[in-house]
Amino acid sequence: MSHPLKHWFESQKQTRKFHPAWIALAVSATLGVAGIIWVPAELVSRAEAPTAHPPPPPAADNKEMHPADMPTVIEQTPGPARLRGAKTIRVDFSPPADAAMPTDEFGEAVRLGKNIFTDTQTYARGYVGNKLNCVNCHLDAGRKRDSAPLWAAYVMFPAYRDKNKHVNSYEERLAGCFRFSMNGKAPAPDSKEMIALISYSYWLAKGAPTGIALKGRGYPKLADPQQPPDEGRGKLVFEANCALCHGADGQGTQVSGRYVFPPLWGQNSFNGGAGMSQIKNAAAFIHANMPLGKGNTLSEQQAWDVAKYMNSHARPPDPRLAKSS
Amino acid sequence: MVHADRLAGAALAQKGSKGVPACMACHGANGEGQTASGFPRLAGQPEAYLLKQLQAFAGGQRKNSQMAPIASALDAQQMRDAADYYASLPGWRPQGQTRAPSPQYALGLRLATSGNWSKDVPACFACHGPGGAGVAPHFPALAGQPSVYTRSQMKAWQTATRTNDPQGLMQSVAEKMTDAEFDAVSLYLEHPSLDEKGK
Ligand code: HEC
Ligand code: HEC
Ligand code: HEC
Ligand code: HEC
Repeated sequence: MSHPLKHWFESQKQTRKFHPAWIALAVSATLGVAGIIWVPAELVSRAEAPTAHPPPPPAADNKEMHPADMPTVIEQTPGPARLRGAKTIRVDFSPPADAAMPTDEFGEAVRLGKNIFTDTQTYARGYVGNKLNCVNCHLDAGRKRDSAPLWAAYVMFPAYRDKNKHVNSYEERLAGCFRFSMNGKAPAPDSKEMIALISYSYWLAKGAPTGIALKGRGYPKLADPQQPPDEGRGKLVFEANCALCHGADGQGTQVSGRYVFPPLWGQNSFNGGAGMSQIKNAAAFIHANMPLGKGNTLSEQQAWDVAKYMNSHARPPDPRLAKSS
Repeated sequence: MVHADRLAGAALAQKGSKGVPACMACHGANGEGQTASGFPRLAGQPEAYLLKQLQAFAGGQRKNSQMAPIASALDAQQMRDAADYYASLPGWRPQGQTRAPSPQYALGLRLATSGNWSKDVPACFACHGPGGAGVAPHFPALAGQPSVYTRSQMKAWQTATRTNDPQGLMQSVAEKMTDAEFDAVSLYLEHPSLDEKGK
């Protein structure tokens, strides 16, 4: 270990301020440096592309390693296991404003994509088996950070997914949400619906570096809960924070036949194969995004508990299980 | 519990009763409010919402020098009657007069229909329903409300002089907004429409 870190590490050991936690810090710092060297130079140069607005990406020739200069890597899909524990640098990106939407033929497809996304019940009605719209789980028309925004997803595909154990195209990823989250069936890859959704995503991601995890991707993962998620506690969280909008029975609230507040369980909600039916995804979404407009106000434990409570109710079955029975 | 009596509510609205002025003097002959003075529209609001506000004025959780003494003079039955009556009147409908398109109106439309998520402000209509027509029982209609009134309530939440909103939902919206945004969204909500031309 012929590294400046070692000297720092040694010097810390001499002083009385030494604390066991420093070891963990030093180890992760070293891992981080390994990561920097490992990440292909191509990624770094793409992150510097003039069209994006990244914070200065980590320089691979970082000489000084103060504890404050956190070790950094750029995350890829899938995250290489050997980098686990190293802090991730995520590149900042903002999608274009709606007003900048083109007006040509491509713009038409983009606009249709947005309509499908925000009003799936109308614009892709034949492919939907519940009462949800894509936007219900991907807020602000698929733009909001930390609610799995489309612009951050688009640049990460094709990608390998554990869920189906192969490399997925972006179309396949969209198809997954149709089949499970929307409890429906996916439009064909060359259908106007699919082309429109891809056009919208592509337009939102315009100028973003590809293959790099952008800041705000997905739902921010929570640390493991301190106490096992508990339905009973979750019910109390639900009654105090969610029932006002989603209804005491979780069935949402409608105005003249349309859901203003979507159903959280039951026949009109996502099915048992959906990402949201996994407690860790639901807890992450809820913590960052609910109650609406008050994201990040529940404690993490409350988010775990209410996610457990939500997913303890009946919902349409996972279609993969139904088939084999 | 006694049922609300809509006819008694109508009588109260039109004639008042002992020690209580007629509501229509301020809230309009049909509960439509008064644009210039900013007296709010009551017609078509959710019954539970109206009742809650009368109780809040009487109980001091909502402060207003004109409404507080009136609400305090009403008994529980009169509050229910009045709420039932006003809830039964038709809600706001666009009246055909057009609004001049302006950048301010366009900003208001954007806030109402999309929000400002860069500051975690959801669309007003995400909670207040499509077109701002309200979502009973908890979310009042905003459409057709005098802009003076809407603005004053936004300001009241921002400065925590109105604090009776469930879960602090409105306060968390208002505290993230600017005065210019209050102006724009209040203007828009007085006569909302779905395109930027004000039709
Ligand atoms: C019930 C909630 C729900 C609905 C409705 C929903 N999704 Fe998803 N979506 C999810 C979850 C959960 C994930 C996984 C997020 C993660 O892994 O962090 C996801 C992931 C995605 C991703 C990949 C995100 C990424 O960064 O990899 C895309 C793209 C996507 N959804 C598109 C859609 C489309 C299009 C629709 C409508 C047809 C839709 N979703 C409807 C819950 C939903
Ligand atoms: C102020 C109203 C409001 C409150 C309170 C609220 N939500 Fe939501 N919730 C919404 C709206 C609106 C959406 C859809 C967002 C969109 O379409 O933009 C939503 C979407 C969701 C979704 C994804 C869609 C679905 O139906 O599965 C989940 C899950 C959810 N909320 C859970 C919760 C939980 C849990 C709580 C309490 C901690 C909560 N919400 C509190 C309004 C609310
Ligand atoms: C002297 C004028 C006046 C009279 C008379 C009056 N009000 Fe009001 N009312 C107001 C004002 C001003 C407000 C707005 C208060 C504020 O800014 O918080 C208001 C607000 C209200 C609200 C709350 C509306 C909302 O959207 O939150 C209700 C309900 C109400 N009045 C009911 C009544 C009833 C019922 C009567 C008759 C018994 C009545 N008012 C008589 C002036 C009046
Ligand atoms: C997260 C949900 C939510 C959002 C988003 C929201 N509101 Fe509200 N709003 C409420 C609730 C709940 C009330 C009822 C408060 C009460 O019970 O006293 C309310 C009440 C109001 C009132 C009082 C109406 C009256 O008659 O007195 C006004 C004005 C208002 N909201 C304006 C807005 C505007 C403007 C926006 C968008 C910038 C907005 N709201 C967004 C939840 C919301």
